[in-house]
Amino acid sequence: MSLRRRPEALDTYAVNTWCPGCGNFGILTAVKRVLKGWEEREALHRLVMVSGIGCHAKIVDYLAVNSFYSIHGRVLPVAMGLKLARPELTVLGHAGDGDAYGEGIAHLIFAAKRNLDLTLVVHNNSVYGLTTGQFTPTSPKGFKGRSTPKGSPETPINPLELMLASGATFVARGYAGRPEHLAGLIEEALKHRGFAFIDVLQPCYTFFNTYEFYNQHVKEIGPEHDPADFEAALHLALQWDYSAREAEIPIGIFYRVEKPLYEEAVRVPEKTPDLSAHIATHHL
Amino acid sequence: MSNFEFSVLFGGRAGDGIRQLGQLWARLLARRGLRVFLYDDYPSLIRGGHNFTVVRAADFPILAHRERINLLVALNEETLQRHQENLLPQGLLLYDSSGGREFSGLGVPWKEIVKELSAPEITRNTAALASAAKLTGIPFEELAATLEKDLPRAREVNLEVARRAYVATPEPRLELPQGAERLPTFFGNEAAALGAVAAGLRLYVAYPMTPASSILHYLAQHAEALGVTVIHPENEIAAVLCALGAAAAGAPAMTGTSGGGFALMVEALSLAGQAELPLLVVESQRPGPSTGVPTYTAQADLDFVTYAGHGEFPRVVLAPGDAEEAFLLAAKGLSLAWSYQVPVILLMDKHVSESLFHQELPLSRVPRVSFRAWEGQGEYQRYAFTEDGVSPLAFPGDPRAVVKVTSYEHDSYGITTEDPEAISRMQEKRLRKGEGLRQALDGPEMVRTEGEGEVALCVWGSGRGAGLEVARRLGLRYVQPLVLEPFPEKTLRARLSGVRRVLVAETNATGQLARRIAALGLKTERILKYDGRPFTVDELERRIKEVLR
Repeated sequence: MSLRRRPEALDTYAVNTWCPGCGNFGILTAVKRVLKGWEEREALHRLVMVSGIGCHAKIVDYLAVNSFYSIHGRVLPVAMGLKLARPELTVLGHAGDGDAYGEGIAHLIFAAKRNLDLTLVVHNNSVYGLTTGQFTPTSPKGFKGRSTPKGSPETPINPLELMLASGATFVARGYAGRPEHLAGLIEEALKHRGFAFIDVLQPCYTFFNTYEFYNQHVKEIGPEHDPADFEAALHLALQWDYSAREAEIPIGIFYRVEKPLYEEAVRVPEKTPDLSAHIATHHL
Repeated sequence: MSNFEFSVLFGGRAGDGIRQLGQLWARLLARRGLRVFLYDDYPSLIRGGHNFTVVRAADFPILAHRERINLLVALNEETLQRHQENLLPQGLLLYDSSGGREFSGLGVPWKEIVKELSAPEITRNTAALASAAKLTGIPFEELAATLEKDLPRAREVNLEVARRAYVATPEPRLELPQGAERLPTFFGNEAAALGAVAAGLRLYVAYPMTPASSILHYLAQHAEALGVTVIHPENEIAAVLCALGAAAAGAPAMTGTSGGGFALMVEALSLAGQAELPLLVVESQRPGPSTGVPTYTAQADLDFVTYAGHGEFPRVVLAPGDAEEAFLLAAKGLSLAWSYQVPVILLMDKHVSESLFHQELPLSRVPRVSFRAWEGQGEYQRYAFTEDGVSPLAFPGDPRAVVKVTSYEHDSYGITTEDPEAISRMQEKRLRKGEGLRQALDGPEMVRTEGEGEVALCVWGSGRGAGLEVARRLGLRYVQPLVLEPFPEKTLRARLSGVRRVLVAETNATGQLARRIAALGLKTERILKYDGRPFTVDELERRIKEVLR
């Protein structure tokens, strides 16, 4: 038996259990396109994918790459440990919207604040799929889920606004219905030196089918936008507030700047310490 | 064996520099070759309140403090009121006589000296130290040498204050002898940190929580020299998961906290169990439940750490009772974590973490982290089935291997499974490691025993200091398991055979070690203390005599 379904294939023998029509397929297609390039460059063994828990997280089972299938909300601290231990690794995190913006929101804010060299792709379908249809931090107000039968009274979080406010150095939005465009974003995110964040609009075919809405409103950001301009990025992020309101939804790179890396500031070079000398200096 | 001993209690408000005063005194006496032990008692506040530090010195090995003191050094009046009754009949009281205050002892105007020199108010502690040194016949040069070596800043002004206070203090009333051995001094937390470093620690990641915080401070201060990356992340959850991420990448990692922080880490402890990741967690206990009494001591989390986590998975719980054991067991803990790919908990408490011990650390005896490495044969399977349950390790970055680590139940490649047969098989594989651990740890070196008495005194962790001394004094058989999970049943049974009575002393309200010993079918008599304070030698001796009467 082999992990790969076919020799030289990127996918594993794991049976894909996403619902037909799931937005995750678009994300998987985009990721595979990027990883093919890595495989050709023989750099794939330096990649580690980290996922949380939820439908998004199954992506690590479907790809024959190094992975850490973590727990709900805890993608980023695991990714941080991997990266701090071995800076030469490329760490690609996947999280769901409940995962990243609910359970793990503190980790997300701190990851952006720190600017550790990581990429995080959030599979944002605005609904809990695997737990069968409850509202999430990005569900629109009035969302009728199994835990909010009268409609959610909460206003959704705008993750792009949050990430810009938290100091992320790469902020983008993609759409699972446009995998080619998304692949370009992931490619750029992985190239970025620093914390790269992509919120991916990902329809849940079973519990919250938003394909039609997104297909109508999503529009790629044009070359007139300067991603180094924070004010412009924020303005663009506020253009749509994750509500069911009819508005143009920009996708593409909102913000991209260079800042010093966290790991370069904190990491201490490996060495075998001279404990006898240390004790003689500090403890005798 | 001679029996010279001398205890000093330094007391004042938080902010008076009592802790530093005690440490300087302890180091001063340690450099004279006397054996020392320091106990620090402080409330959970920054300024005000009442702090005291007891430094016991002797010309024989000691690991505990006494109730009765020879010298009381009072930086405020409250110290006098609270501790005068502990003063031995021939004991001396040293106090600040500034402003004409008079008590039945020796007054030196420390505050006035500091004022005259326009020195910072905090240097009153140096003045007190100098008076204590003069009174006990310590030459000024010795005092100056300690101030120069151990004061982090403002050495000049402190030396000046010391000189003036030394001159202003009457001639010696007492001669402290020179001891034979000059050993280093360590707080329990420092020794645990160094043990992990000696075993090969690469990453320490922890959120501050008393009484574990000083591990974080110590490693952060010496990070470059020790070759350890030290991170203070957003919370305990991030800390433990970051350690697990590092372990998955091949770097030995450790985190540290107290009970409340450990509670937050429990989710990740289960992950370590399922994903078979090596992890060392220091849990330094304090009284609970919940926030409890944050700056005091207890041994009440043994049940918690032994059973923490959902699901069933093997783990190790080690409990050091002094600096030497903290060093050895931290090293052993990290090494066991990697040999077996399991979580290991180093269970300390405030009394062992924050007390100062005067001991040699067995640098040459520590185990280094080693693990079963994948040899590159065939296709890599992260969770390959083996006879002892331990799968060979490869790490991301190895071009020959695809490494899949997972929190889900999985097959040998690390792919999710819900197949009933596969679930049972993988669960059995993990539990097989527990059997190996049991065999490796249920041995004589993991149960410290001394004496052959028909009455046994059983203690664990910080119970060692007072326990060992009292057992020697009363001729009891001293028994201290260093490992509490897997519980060393076979060895303990052997150690307790022929014993008429089994006394178990611990600082909790329900007898958590006593229950484990009772489960072996032995009748136990419990000596419990749960007021947040450790046993002193005197109190434990008194309590045991009451039981034996």
